[in-house]
Amino acid sequence: MSEDIKNFLYLNRRAPYGTIYAWESLEVVLIGAAFDQKVSLAFVDDGVFQIVKGQDTSAIEMKNFSPTYSALGDYDVNQLYVEQESLEERGLSVDDLMHLTWEDEDEDWAEKDSIRVVSRAELNKIIEAQDVVFSF
Amino acid sequence: MAIEIDGKSFETDEEGYLVNLNEWIPAVAEAMAKEDDLALTDEHWDIINFLREYYEEYQIAPAVRVLTKAVGKKMGKEKGNSKYLYALFPYGPGKQACRFAGLPKPTGCI
Repeated sequence: MSEDIKNFLYLNRRAPYGTIYAWESLEVVLIGAAFDQKVSLAFVDDGVFQIVKGQDTSAIEMKNFSPTYSALGDYDVNQLYVEQESLEERGLSVDDLMHLTWEDEDEDWAEKDSIRVVSRAELNKIIEAQDVVFSF
Repeated sequence: MAIEIDGKSFETDEEGYLVNLNEWIPAVAEAMAKEDDLALTDEHWDIINFLREYYEEYQIAPAVRVLTKAVGKKMGKEKGNSKYLYALFPYGPGKQACRFAGLPKPTGCI
């Protein structure tokens, strides 16, 4: 079986609302994760807004799906890369993002951070190491 | 399609899932279970209530693998395994229990 497991990276580039891309990406991630693939996510450009904390969609009458990112850990999706430059260009830091974690079953459910802030150069290397990259 | 309870109609989709999850009342689960020839016990309700809490927190119905793991963490390994959950919900703990709980079909379920 092991040769069938591939590295999938979902590249999220767009703001969460206004288009369907962010939500569609999240749904595909959750579906893909149910098939035992090795899944990681990257947030670049306006995609970093997808995981900003304190989202409120009441004024635009759309479902606020940001709580669903907190379920990623349950789906064994615990590698979320956020590009440093994209954060800085938008006046954001890691403190503006939701605290996304996963629990390590092998270490008595110890809580660990899922988000890793990486530079553009580091992210390029991560992307090159993937078998499949989906851009949303 | 719809379920009738005490003269009130609850609309369901073509697979029997409740269309508007805000309408859900426990009697909906009872009525759906009766159609599936199941009598709901406290053990069933533990899972149904757990699923509703999960949806409230994460806005999704969990895939069965995720449900199994989460139940194991909260209620212990003797309940967090597929044998136990399938014994309670023979049509699949993801699909059937989510339907009883008034949730949409689990994400990642085809």
